[in-house]
Amino acid sequence: MIASASAVNRLAWRDAIGFPSITLLASMTGFGSLVHESGLPLAMAIAATVGIWGLPGQLALVEMHVAGLSAFFVILGVALANARFLPMVVAFMPLMNEARSKSRWDFALVQMLSINSWAAGLKRFPEIETTLRRRYYIVFAVICMSAGTLGTVIGYFGVGLMPRPIALGLIFMNPLFFAVLLAGVQNRSSMIALVVGAPLGIMFHLVAPDLDLLLTGVVGGTLAFLLNNRLKGRQSVS
Amino acid sequence: MNESSAIALVLLTSGAIVGTYLWRGAGVMFAARIKSDSPVFQWVTFVSYAMLGGLIARMVILPIGPLMETPLLFRVLAFVIGVGVFFGGGKRVLPAVFVGVATFIFLVSFF
Repeated sequence: MIASASAVNRLAWRDAIGFPSITLLASMTGFGSLVHESGLPLAMAIAATVGIWGLPGQLALVEMHVAGLSAFFVILGVALANARFLPMVVAFMPLMNEARSKSRWDFALVQMLSINSWAAGLKRFPEIETTLRRRYYIVFAVICMSAGTLGTVIGYFGVGLMPRPIALGLIFMNPLFFAVLLAGVQNRSSMIALVVGAPLGIMFHLVAPDLDLLLTGVVGGTLAFLLNNRLKGRQSVS
Repeated sequence: MNESSAIALVLLTSGAIVGTYLWRGAGVMFAARIKSDSPVFQWVTFVSYAMLGGLIARMVILPIGPLMETPLLFRVLAFVIGVGVFFGGGKRVLPAVFVGVATFIFLVSFF
């Protein structure tokens, strides 16, 4: 059990520098370049990175806005795209905090939760003294957020300086990153929803471009929900 | 950018941030009291992922913006190769993205 503050700091540094930081730096570089190429300001790119802090929701914001949707539908779309944060937080908080040590700071700290800090916390918390778990999370998450913000700025300014094929590659990085990040961490049921949603996204975009993502979500999500329940039912019978 | 469109962007971005935060804040508030595996939350999660699957497909097949100038075949090919490397190579994110993006840049540069 790790029980000294400096050891926890070191552990958090070591875990955060490396894969999580590089991933965030790279994926947010793609996001920054997309914002630039969509003709939107740097402040919006940074606000989206720090404020939404999850690539899928950030991409939904830019893509839906550029597609010309009204603000109401864009906000609804982004909010729905980020629904996964609720179960993540519900699983994370009790592990980080001692029983009954909930504080108002949790409402601020939760803003920094992303898939990286979530996975790192779930993995490391059992090795760390309960009173020091928050410290681990803060150090880890601040490093991640700094890397993400730096990436956003680099992408925003960098994309204009690159030769055209590389600039296009940076933008193409967005859907690819998005796909492998979601495919990597999720279980079978979310996989079903992703695969069911893909063709519907194209179809609804062609027939109802204003409501395409919301229709895809409601129709595809319901289909995937029913399909998953049926698969589960079959498994429990056999 | 004129002033009214700047204000519109500020409101839009703020709305998106608040809309995202609601899930996080609700998670803290109810962490001990809700079952996040109840059917309603399961359904919301499915809606969320179906939407994201649709958005990924749309960004690759019918992109808006600069990727429109690239051929559909290049985008689909590079995407499939990237995802293939991901699932074939032990689910490692960075090599998959690197190979996919490199393929795309190569195709765009030389064909």
